[in-house]
Amino acid sequence: MGRALAVLIWLLTLASVVLFFSGWWFPVTIAEHGPRIDQQFLITIVVVGIAFVAAQIGLGYMVWRYGANKQNRSERATYTHGNNRLEVIWTVVTAAIFIGLAVMGQRVWAQLHFNQAPANAFRIRVLAQQFEWSFHYPGPDGKFGPTDPKFINEEEQNTVGLNKSDPSSQDDLIAKQLIVPAGRPVELILRAKDVTHSFWVPQLRFKQDLVPGMEIPVHFLVMPDKAGRYQIACAELCGMNHYKMQSEMLALPEAEFNELVNMPRKTIEERAAVSKKIQDFIGKYPLINN
Amino acid sequence: MADAATVHEGHEAVHRHEPPKSFIRKYIFSIDHKVIGIQYIMLALAAVMIGMALSVLMRMNLTWPGTEWPIIGVIKPETYLAFLTIHGTMMVFFVLTTAPQGGFGNYFLPIQIGADDMAFPVLNMLSFWVTLVGFVVLVAAFFVSGGAPIGGWTAYPTLSALGEAAGPGQGTGMNLWIISIAIFCVGSLLGALNFITTLLNLRTKGMSLMRMPLTCWAWFTTAVLALLAFPVLLAAGVLLYLDRNAGTSFFIPAGLSVTGKIQDHAGGSPILWQHLFWFFGHPEVYIAILPGMGLTSHILSTFARKPVFGYRAMVFAIFAIGLLGFFVWGHHMFISGMSPYSAMAFSILTLSIGVPSAVKTFNWLGTLWGGKIRFTTPMLFALGFVSLFVAGGITGLVLGQTSLDLPMHDTYFVLGHFHLVMGVAAIFGMFAGIYFWFPKMFGRFMSERIGRIHFWITFIGVYCIFIPMHIMGIVGMPRRYAQFAENNGVQIYGFLESLHPLVLFVTVAAIITALTQLLFFFNFFWSLFKGKKTTEKNPWEATTLEWTTETPPPHDNFAGIPPVVYRGAYEYSVPGAPNDFVMQTEPDPSEEPGVTKAGSGGNGHDGHKH
Repeated sequence: MGRALAVLIWLLTLASVVLFFSGWWFPVTIAEHGPRIDQQFLITIVVVGIAFVAAQIGLGYMVWRYGANKQNRSERATYTHGNNRLEVIWTVVTAAIFIGLAVMGQRVWAQLHFNQAPANAFRIRVLAQQFEWSFHYPGPDGKFGPTDPKFINEEEQNTVGLNKSDPSSQDDLIAKQLIVPAGRPVELILRAKDVTHSFWVPQLRFKQDLVPGMEIPVHFLVMPDKAGRYQIACAELCGMNHYKMQSEMLALPEAEFNELVNMPRKTIEERAAVSKKIQDFIGKYPLINN
Repeated sequence: MADAATVHEGHEAVHRHEPPKSFIRKYIFSIDHKVIGIQYIMLALAAVMIGMALSVLMRMNLTWPGTEWPIIGVIKPETYLAFLTIHGTMMVFFVLTTAPQGGFGNYFLPIQIGADDMAFPVLNMLSFWVTLVGFVVLVAAFFVSGGAPIGGWTAYPTLSALGEAAGPGQGTGMNLWIISIAIFCVGSLLGALNFITTLLNLRTKGMSLMRMPLTCWAWFTTAVLALLAFPVLLAAGVLLYLDRNAGTSFFIPAGLSVTGKIQDHAGGSPILWQHLFWFFGHPEVYIAILPGMGLTSHILSTFARKPVFGYRAMVFAIFAIGLLGFFVWGHHMFISGMSPYSAMAFSILTLSIGVPSAVKTFNWLGTLWGGKIRFTTPMLFALGFVSLFVAGGITGLVLGQTSLDLPMHDTYFVLGHFHLVMGVAAIFGMFAGIYFWFPKMFGRFMSERIGRIHFWITFIGVYCIFIPMHIMGIVGMPRRYAQFAENNGVQIYGFLESLHPLVLFVTVAAIITALTQLLFFFNFFWSLFKGKKTTEKNPWEATTLEWTTETPPPHDNFAGIPPVVYRGAYEYSVPGAPNDFVMQTEPDPSEEPGVTKAGSGGNGHDGHKH
């Protein structure tokens, strides 16, 4: 029985390890901070993997080696209450490794969260609601028009409550897609209209809740060579259709992005041209899934 | 009944408590901790049936969305989320919190410390009946208009605070959920007070703290955690109830617009709930797992025929886990919008909690080392516990890091992690406990043959279910999605498409594993009436006090003669002793009865080398 159990423990351990090498992995990262997250993940998973395998091999060894059977029935087990030196050694060693990992894990976090967005970051206001995303872009004037819940009008697509009578609102754009420049830092100002949602793009290696009553600024940089379309998912349970609260992030080369930003959009015709341009870009860039 | 054989010289027989005669006082409104313990176990068995059935339904919907199932029809997204909410609530509160502590703790803590009952027997009865009311209220949430709530067991506002406007089930169903949890908190508080008082005051002669079985240490620490954590959840629940029904705004900020309607609230913070909830919620994880750890130590030592390796370190580790458990709640909230600086502190504290957990694992291996292991069914499950605890616990090192939480938060990686460690490892602890103590509780053995089959399939099954979930999480699969494809089969998320074979594999494994649990239920109820009878006091040749009394124990546990303890709990394979186990009641010639000298041998004395 002991030997069978040992073999089973080892086989399950082997299968678990093999599964981690089976090709299912993160989609390729597009964020500037992504490779360092991937590296930290890899270091951690290697440490975790070694500890996992060592513990399971050890457990399997104990049940393989120390089973009671007919031959050794008359013998007794080793009588010991422990060993203080061993206790101290394994406590100190694990503490050093674990806390070391925790400290290493702060680096990317600090870069993303302890620093303000760079001065040249392009700012976009994000508003989440059940079960859709709205992205609010300033026009060529670089200013966001003021918003207030009382101006919300779903039929006019004014999901963010933009005060359209304000001059700075005239050239603002509200879209269902997130459009960002590749190669220039982006700052998102995250808000939620009804319940808590979470902004999640797997390729960005980034996730942040959008909390009712809070404005949460976050920033990241999409690498210049990573233009394309990426799916946005909601990662915080927000109600019955949470599972399909999705949108897209369109990362454009900087030149094309600037072209779009600088298009005039005061008249209906100009706005239609902007929408058409966005559709053209969506057609031009493929949806990237891995 | 008068068991003259156990009377030691110099002892006067203490007065006996006569068992109640009427059926109702004996089996229903009983104040006997043993009956109450069994009642808790039965409650957990009922709850786990519901929770497990729901999990299978969820797996079916994830794998074959839109299928017209017999009886239940198509599982709608809101139905899926209702299943998810009740599954989590049932499992966390009414299974993982009731059975290990309320069930086994109630039955065996007084016996293992040589007491004739809990300190407050009537309070004990109340705590069970209050908990049962909580269970009934939770089940009732399925049958009210709108159905059960859809906000998950964490019930984050504002989704949980805005009422029906936020979704189906968020009206009456959500109210019932809060009431159920509040009632449960009260029941658990009563229980915790009782456990702490009993353990501190009712230990028999010679039962110094460092001679207690590790199970008692685990139940004690668990009770302390419950005493400090449940009031916070209770308070949070009351506030949430007021927000929903009395117009307050503890968790609801100004300016919300829900489905086009501006809300009349101002001033609250949704994050406040998360702080309160996880201040309870993280210790709750240890409330679920600590009794399993205690049981595993106890059973490993018993069947390896060896003293627990590093008993004192094990006690410190239990306490360290319990203490640190109160300072790590923020790791559930790295991306919640709380201060990123506090996230850093929570991260380092979280990874520190891995240290006592690792110490426990090392000591379990140390206990097995050099043993003469007897592979009974309880031992198999205890060994399974160690394997699963490592497999599940160790990925906490990933999730506890702030920057790695950015990709991993709220993905299936988290599901795999916590299901393995606080779900199935804790449940393996319960299985071990049931197979181990069943003969003492009912005077019959459970079938070893069925028990072994149950173990092998379940052990393989849970690995097959939960290890692949880690992979799904790495690929990016978010948790709490009702489905990943539309009912017509069109995939919603391109980056998840490649996972389909894995999703199918997990579902098949889940169905097989769930069906295997029917073997356990059959074994349990069949053995109650038809299992191999035993009248032996000590069928496993163990050392602790529950094995010194009759099988099953009399109403007052020790037939009016309290045992006297002379040594630590795990004296196995002592050189020169006549048997390979020395019971705690075996007189020690070097010690006067009842006098405890500091460091007088036993498990409390570290550094023995033989």
